[in-house]
Amino acid sequence: MSTTARKAGFGSVLWDYLTTVDHKKIAILYLIGGFFFFILGGLEAMLIRIQLIVPDNDFLSAQFYNEVLTMHGTTMIFLAAMPLLFALMNIAVPLQIGARDVAFPFVNSLGFWLFFFGGVMLNVSWFVTGAPDAGWTSYAPLSIFSEGHGVDFYSIGLQIAGFGTLMAGINFIVTIVNMRAPGMTYMRMPLFTWTTLIASVLILFAFPALTVGLFQLTFDRLFGANFFNPELGGNAIIWEHLFWIFGHPEVYILILPAFGVFSEVIPTFAKKRLFGYSSMVFATVLIAFFGFMVWAHHMFTVGLGPIANSIFAVATMAIAVPTGIKIFNWLFTLWGGSIRLTSPMVFALGFIPTFTIGGMTGVMLASAAADYQYHDSYFVVAHFHYVIVGGTVLGIFAGLIYWWPKMFGTLLNEKLNHWFFWLFFIGFHLTFFFQHFLGLMGMPRRYWVFGEGQGLDTFNFISTIGAFLMAVGTIVFVYNMVMTQVKGKKVSGDPWDARTLEWAIPSPPPFYNFKQLPLVRGLDPLWIEKTEGNGKMQPAEPLGDIHMPNNSFVPFVMSLGLFIAGFGVMFQGSYWFLAAIGFGLFFGSMIYRSFKDDLGYHIHKEDLEDEKGDGSNG
Amino acid sequence: MKGWMSKLKAISALIVLSLVLSGCGEPFLSALQPKGEGSEMIFDLMILSIVIMLFVFVVVMVIYTFVIIKYRRKKDDDPNFIPKQTEGNHALETLWTVIPIILLIILAVPTIQYTFALADTSPEVNEEGEEEDSLWINVTGAQYWWHFEYEGLEVSTSQELYIPTDRKVYLSMTSQDVIHSFWVPTIAGKMDVNPTGNTNEMTLLAKEEDVYWGKCAELCGPSHSLMDFKVVAVSPGEFEQWVQDMQGVTGEEVPESATAQEGQQLFADNCMTCHAIGADPNKMGPNLTNFGDRTKLAGVEDYNKKNIVEWIQTKGKDMKPGNLMTSAPYELSDEEASKIAEYLMTLSPSDITTENAEDGVYKDSDLSSLFPEEEEETEEENGENTEEQGNEENTEQTNEENNEEQTDDQ
Amino acid sequence: MADDMLKSENLPQNPERATLEGRNKFMGFWFFLGGETVLFASLFGTYLALKNSNAQGPSAEEIFGLELVFIMTIVLLTSSLTSVYAMYHMKNNDFKKMQLWIGITVLLGLIFLGFEIYEFYHYVHGYEFGYTTSAFSSAFYTLVGFHGAHVAFGLGWFLSLMIRNSKRGINLYNAPKFYIASLYWHFIDVVWVFIFTVVYLMGKVG
Repeated sequence: MSTTARKAGFGSVLWDYLTTVDHKKIAILYLIGGFFFFILGGLEAMLIRIQLIVPDNDFLSAQFYNEVLTMHGTTMIFLAAMPLLFALMNIAVPLQIGARDVAFPFVNSLGFWLFFFGGVMLNVSWFVTGAPDAGWTSYAPLSIFSEGHGVDFYSIGLQIAGFGTLMAGINFIVTIVNMRAPGMTYMRMPLFTWTTLIASVLILFAFPALTVGLFQLTFDRLFGANFFNPELGGNAIIWEHLFWIFGHPEVYILILPAFGVFSEVIPTFAKKRLFGYSSMVFATVLIAFFGFMVWAHHMFTVGLGPIANSIFAVATMAIAVPTGIKIFNWLFTLWGGSIRLTSPMVFALGFIPTFTIGGMTGVMLASAAADYQYHDSYFVVAHFHYVIVGGTVLGIFAGLIYWWPKMFGTLLNEKLNHWFFWLFFIGFHLTFFFQHFLGLMGMPRRYWVFGEGQGLDTFNFISTIGAFLMAVGTIVFVYNMVMTQVKGKKVSGDPWDARTLEWAIPSPPPFYNFKQLPLVRGLDPLWIEKTEGNGKMQPAEPLGDIHMPNNSFVPFVMSLGLFIAGFGVMFQGSYWFLAAIGFGLFFGSMIYRSFKDDLGYHIHKEDLEDEKGDGSNG
Repeated sequence: MKGWMSKLKAISALIVLSLVLSGCGEPFLSALQPKGEGSEMIFDLMILSIVIMLFVFVVVMVIYTFVIIKYRRKKDDDPNFIPKQTEGNHALETLWTVIPIILLIILAVPTIQYTFALADTSPEVNEEGEEEDSLWINVTGAQYWWHFEYEGLEVSTSQELYIPTDRKVYLSMTSQDVIHSFWVPTIAGKMDVNPTGNTNEMTLLAKEEDVYWGKCAELCGPSHSLMDFKVVAVSPGEFEQWVQDMQGVTGEEVPESATAQEGQQLFADNCMTCHAIGADPNKMGPNLTNFGDRTKLAGVEDYNKKNIVEWIQTKGKDMKPGNLMTSAPYELSDEEASKIAEYLMTLSPSDITTENAEDGVYKDSDLSSLFPEEEEETEEENGENTEEQGNEENTEQTNEENNEEQTDDQ
Repeated sequence: MADDMLKSENLPQNPERATLEGRNKFMGFWFFLGGETVLFASLFGTYLALKNSNAQGPSAEEIFGLELVFIMTIVLLTSSLTSVYAMYHMKNNDFKKMQLWIGITVLLGLIFLGFEIYEFYHYVHGYEFGYTTSAFSSAFYTLVGFHGAHVAFGLGWFLSLMIRNSKRGINLYNAPKFYIASLYWHFIDVVWVFIFTVVYLMGKVG
């Protein structure tokens, strides 16, 4: 990975990454894990589009198609988008607020390994009785009736990954609240830090609802509970409520950090301060707040009645206002600026119209009566891909290219990035724009085949062609990442001429981040020092010993324990011994952790003085 | 409300937009070519929201294009140029907070009105101000077919729902296994059918005779995409005749040909456990009363003898993967299956078929013969009705009461 | 510096919040409890939706006996009080008394858990009210069982802290650990108050 890593042997690098609690290395782990699952989810998407290239296609069987579409959704949301966002948060947030690490480095590592083993668990299902087949929403009672163990893998795998996400969320909240450098007040925090904070709060209050829903699903399927079983008084609608009480905030968990990325990228490359900073913060908080009160707009056709539908419709429309504020603030950040069309900026500029369309269709969907036509049709499919791909995924790529030097000390090839952007962007619009019309023309979502002579052929064909363009674009990007790793040139700490604190230290930063904690004098602290000072951050403390946390293998073992236990719970019978081993490992690790003092270690002042430079990128 | 909605419609751009959109899709399936009351209302709302949104989009794109062209750093620009670091602008920020709120209110008002209008299942009122009889149909979704029971009429059918045009039809909907969603895009929006909880209600009002396509819109298993059904909208007079023809069917009518007669016997021996002919409430498998008039086999396959035989012999294993008939215990020879198919194809109790929905012949009726006078007795027993309420009203009430009871039972 | 963490002398007024790590733990745990609140709220919501769905099985009114549950409530509320005493002695750097009060807390917790197990046993064998009997029974056992599991986890937590630190006093390293364990215990207590009201009282009355 980094230069130090290349010098060391493979075994020691592997051990280092298995035990690391350094937020920068965990960011790399999240990046690798998330990108792996992104490719996997992308392949599943390609299978879906190939199946739908012509009417009445028999490329995939009906059952397998349902498994593929379920895994595509689940993988992309839980195993690709969220971890990739965590990669960006992990690399950027502690540096942006001038911290030496996150609040709970151990928990940070635990969060990653739980996600990783949860993701592996889900995908093991392909090889054992088949993958889950009830959609990523896994509506009961279809999910209860589903044969084999697919849905069990879904509920247990997501449960494990969900614990990881919850921990990561708490970790970021505490980091941001407690560990800001001197002078870094809330209203001086970069927007990406703000959106991370708000998204983490959303995680904290949204994920437990999913936890409960998944427990109920697991208990119904494996232990004979009757939450969703109509015959013994259960009610399937409970699942829908719990799922969407989690599921709608989840959408904002995905999109807010992407908003944050664009709010970093756009000012940097427009060379202008973010327009309306405080209204951006306010809008973010407002979106999050509304985000908890609109879940039933996913359930307009369930039969909640016109009163509930109207209330949720109006609440949903209200979200368009803060979102609109954001769009205009970005536009007016560009206004009067000096715009450099670097690849992160091009992604940001591609995002604005794409997301505006996604937002527009969002308002259309909010109109409850009209939703009776849109709901569960390809119109919805198009809408959420405009929001999630057009918002989150473009944001992830913009952020990844933007912070790549901070992670690896090299710059990705700009030319290839631009190729990637255009292929992906054009491919995206070809794929999804026409799906709006497919929905209105009467094509419901999750259709394994569509019949001939229903007027649906042309747009489906175009859609598949677009998907291939996106795939080609992604291949270009993967090639770019690999080649940059192999022979990328080292860059300075501030290759983009940026504005925030993370660019004040070398790329990649030393493992303790800041030799001396910086003194923050305002919003965009580095920019202030560039224009008003000598271009370097002033220290807020004298050089002293730095306290660092110890590496630990315990998070890996704990997560492995839950992974093993999951199989025991699922297969029961003689497999109960697996549960015993797994839970034994899990609780044993906890006891080990609490009996062994972990005080960390100190880097001594003298050693720091020996290091070259003053810790800034000079 | 209607006033300014129609004024909005007058804007020529709007007409162009509607025309462009209505070029999309097939007339029997597309929500963009509405032929029913519900779908027309929703289409109006769609157009309104698209216009508002396009306005926003244009504003965004104009500013967007302008800033990119104008403020892009050119080659001969000074690389050290530092733009003015604007903090914000209260007037502008207020502007783009207030205008969207106004636009959303413009959309929210009809949204709420239509949401309530579409949920309204009170009886229709005719020109004289009297309430008309309501035709209630119990819809049941099942993996992967639809069952329709005409309440109080002793008529049951599956897969193809016959309704009168220009008359509201009231649906009371449940599922017998997983959640499905009932969607006829050209006539109305969709509504889920739930196995538990509330019985959902919605209305259909087709304005033109035609065979409309319906789809299941909620993932319900491997054959989710094969759960098509049809809504056959015929003129009220024709519908009346169809109901009367369907009412007498018992399944014991003897077909003409000898093979069909043998088929009938085989059918009785092998199939009657799950399938019914007539108004029998058996709902294990689709009701086959007017199977001979179907346009599609199992909702999606071409209707011909070869396919029917194949279905019987494979139990639909490949034609509808995951369907529940595969566990049916019967064993038949090809010859026997062919006889059953022949019998099934004779099941055509009514002269009213899908052809009548497409032939352009319109027979009017107030459907009063479907709501017999006997209801009057109930009225007297209740003793609550005064002279202004006719017996029609009462029928409707009874229906509604039944409906409420059902809801309560859940 | 690292050694300072483990010294028991001259502790500040609030040892649990004297270090950055301590403050982080303190705040992180409060947020965690926020998440736990949503978890229990979801379980309560489900229970309320299903509490009359007893199918052919016994209903809430038939099985609940308030006497036992009332005693359980008293026991658990008292244990909350004793854990407050423990924290009081922690702040006064009186390790022995702290251990004693935590010990009493654990004892009361064990009594509570014993009663709960007896209660469940009674329902299953006296009324044939098992986990799979009806939607109501599943919701009941899941809600109350989740609480019980939290109690069991809290007991394990307290015990391991007591054993681990039995040979040394209070210090800046373990003070936050004791403190958040007691915070957790209070939370469990509050949840029980809701269970007592929503499940038992409302089940018996309404």
